Amino acid sequence: MATAVQQPSDEPMILLEKVNKWYGDFHVLTDIDLSVKRGERIVICGPSGSGKSTMIRCINRLEEHQAGRIVVDGVELTNDVRKVEAVRRDVGMVFQHFNLFPHLTVLQNLTLAPIWVRKTPKAEAEATAMKYLERVRIPEQAHKYPGQLSGGQQQRVAIARALCINPKVMLFDEPTSALDPEMVAEVLDVMIKLADESNVTMICVTHEMGFARSVADRVIFMDRGQIVEQNTPEEFFSHPQNERTKLFLSQILAH
Amino acid sequence: MAAHPAQTGATAGRPIPKASRAVFWNDPRVRGIFYQILAVALIGGAVWWLASNTIENLNSRNIATGFHFLGREAGFDIGENLIDYSPADSYFKALLVGVLNTLRVAVIGIILATIIGTIIGIARLSKNWLVAKLASIYVEVVRNIPLILQLFFWYSLITEFLPGPRDALHPMAGVFLSNRGLKFPLPAHEFAYDLAMVLFALGLIAAVALGHWAKKRQDATGRHFPTAWVNLGLIVGLPIAGWLLAGAPLTFNAPVLQGFNFVGGASLSPEFSALLLGLVIYTAGFIAEIVRSGIQAVGKGQTEASLALGLSKGQTLRLIVMPQALRVIVPPMTSQYLNITKNSSLAVAIGFPDIVSVANTTLNQTGQAIEGIAIIMAVFLTISLSIATFMNWYNKHIALVER
Ligand SMILES: Nc1ncnc2c1ncn2[C@@H]1O[C@H](COP(=O)(O)OP(=O)(O)OP(=O)(O)O)[C@@H](O)[C@H]1O
Ligand SMILES: [Mg+2]
Repeated sequence: MATAVQQPSDEPMILLEKVNKWYGDFHVLTDIDLSVKRGERIVICGPSGSGKSTMIRCINRLEEHQAGRIVVDGVELTNDVRKVEAVRRDVGMVFQHFNLFPHLTVLQNLTLAPIWVRKTPKAEAEATAMKYLERVRIPEQAHKYPGQLSGGQQQRVAIARALCINPKVMLFDEPTSALDPEMVAEVLDVMIKLADESNVTMICVTHEMGFARSVADRVIFMDRGQIVEQNTPEEFFSHPQNERTKLFLSQILAH
Repeated sequence: MAAHPAQTGATAGRPIPKASRAVFWNDPRVRGIFYQILAVALIGGAVWWLASNTIENLNSRNIATGFHFLGREAGFDIGENLIDYSPADSYFKALLVGVLNTLRVAVIGIILATIIGTIIGIARLSKNWLVAKLASIYVEVVRNIPLILQLFFWYSLITEFLPGPRDALHPMAGVFLSNRGLKFPLPAHEFAYDLAMVLFALGLIAAVALGHWAKKRQDATGRHFPTAWVNLGLIVGLPIAGWLLAGAPLTFNAPVLQGFNFVGGASLSPEFSALLLGLVIYTAGFIAEIVRSGIQAVGKGQTEASLALGLSKGQTLRLIVMPQALRVIVPPMTSQYLNITKNSSLAVAIGFPDIVSVANTTLNQTGQAIEGIAIIMAVFLTISLSIATFMNWYNKHIALVER
C-alpha cells in the first residue's frame, strides 16, 4: 500500500500516455508518450505541420485529444471544466503572435488573470506585475498599450503576463519566429534568464538551436505527428540517429 | 579647365532657378482656399436663387409664410397619443404628439432590435448547426425583402387574419388579441403600486452605488462580489417586497368588451404593432450581421490567450472579446439606429400617426408646405444628430490606442 503513495517530486510534472488526435480524417498526433520531470527544460523541433503546436496546446487543453491520457501536476485533463481551469491556472503560455489584449494597457494585461482568476487585490497584483516587467526589462512601458510597443517588447510583455500567474509550467510556441532578427536576441535573453533564475518547467517549440544548446535538458524531434527522436542537446545535434532527424537538421543548419 | 572653378563660383552665387519655385496656383494651400471660396459662392448663390424665387411665388399667390399657424386650432383627431390631445388643441400640440409617437417607435425599436439582433448574431456563430442555419436564414430573408413590403405584411396579418374583438384570442386572463390590436390589463392606481415604483427607483440607485463599492472592495481586497445577483434582488425583489408589505393587492384595470371594441386596460394598436414589428425584425437582421462580424473580427488568439490564463469562457467573452468587438460594432450600429429612426417615417403607409403623417395632415390643411417639410426635416435632423453625437462620444470613449 505504501508504494501507492508517491512523493510529489517523483511524480512527473507532465505526463502524456498514448495520446492521439485527429482533425477529421487527418491523424495529427499518433501515440505520443512523453513524461516531463519537475523543472525540466524541453525543446521541441520538427518540420512545419508535424504537430508541435498541437501537442503543446493539448497540455493546457486549447486543443482536445481524442485518445490517451494527459496528466498535468496530478490533474488529468478531461471534459471537466473545473479540472481544465485548474490546470490552466498553473500553466503559462507564450504564443508566436504574442496575443496581447490590445484594449488593455501593459499593466492591465499583466494583472488581468491575478485579479480575476487568483482574486488578488489590485495593488498587490500591480506590484507583482511591475516586478515581472523589471525582470523582462521594460518597466517603463507599463502604462502604454500593446499597439505602441515593438514586436520584441510585446513578446517580453507576453512572457511577463504568463509569469504573473506564478505558473509551474511555461509553454512557448515558437516565441521568436514572428520577430525581426534584431529582436530575437532580446526575447531569447529573457527566456534564458528565466531558465537560470527559476525552477519552472519549460516546454519550448523553437528552431533556435543556440537556445536549445544552452537551456534544454532534452531536445525532442517530431515528424508527422510522432515523436521520432529525443536526446540531450549535445547528442541530438552531433549524433542524430534517425534519417528524418538528419535530413531536418541538415536543412535548418543549411540556412 | 580654367573655366571650371569660375563656373562653380557662379553657380553658388546664382539665385535659385525659377523652375524650382512653385507658381502660386500650384500651391496646394492656395488651391484649397480657392475651392472653398468657390464652393461657398455656389451654395450661397443656389440658396439665394431658391429663396428669392419661392418668396416671390408665394407673394404672387397671396400665401402667408411663417410659423404663425402653429398656434391655431388643429381640428383633426389623432388615433394614438402619449399626451392628452383633442382636435381643439393647437397644431403645435398635434405635431408634438407626432414627434412623441416617432420617438416611441424609434426608442423601443432601437432597444428591441439591438437585443434581438445581438442574439441572432451570436446564434449565427453557434456550433449547433441548426441554430446557426436558422439564424442565417432569418438574416437572408429579412434583409432581402423591402421594408415597406414587410410593414404591409405585418399590418395585413394583424388586421386581416386576426379575429374581430368579439372572438378575440384570449391567451390569458385580461389579455386580448384581435384585429384591433393587443389589449392588456394595467395595475389599478393604488398605494402598493406607487410604493413598488418608488422602491424600483431606489433599487436602481442602490445597485449603481453597490457596483462602485464592489469594484472598490475588489481592488482593495481581491474579493469578488456577486453584483449581478444582488442587483437583481435590489431591482426586482425590493419592489415586490414593498407590494407584498402593502397587502399585495391584485386589482387590475382590465380591458372589457363593450359593443364593438374593448374599453379599459392598455393597448397596442395594430398600426403601432405592425410598424414596431416590421422595423425591429428588419433592422435586427442587419444588426445581427454587424454583431457577427464584430465578434469574428476579434482574433481566435485573443480567446486562446485569455483561456490559457485561466479565465472562464464567460470572463473571456465579457472582459476580452466584447470590449474589442464593440469597437467594430459601434460605428455601423450608429447607422442602423439612424435607419430605424428614418424608416419609422414609413408609418405613413400603414396609418400610424408619426411626425410625418401629422405634419402631412397639417400641411394639407394649412397649405404651409414649406414650413411643414421644414418641421419634418428639423425633427429628423435633431433626432439623428443626437443619436450620432451620442454614438460618436461612445465610440471615442472605447477607441483603441494604436501606435
Ligand atoms: N483546426 C485544424 N483543423 C484541421 N487541421 C489542422 C487544424 N490545426 C492544425 N491542423 C493541421 O495539423 C497539422 C499540425 O499542425 P501544427 O500547427 O501542430 O503543426 P506545427 O508542427 O506546429 O507546424 P508549424 O511549425 O508550421 O507551426 C498541420 O498539418 C495542420 O495543417
Ligand atoms: Mg506551430
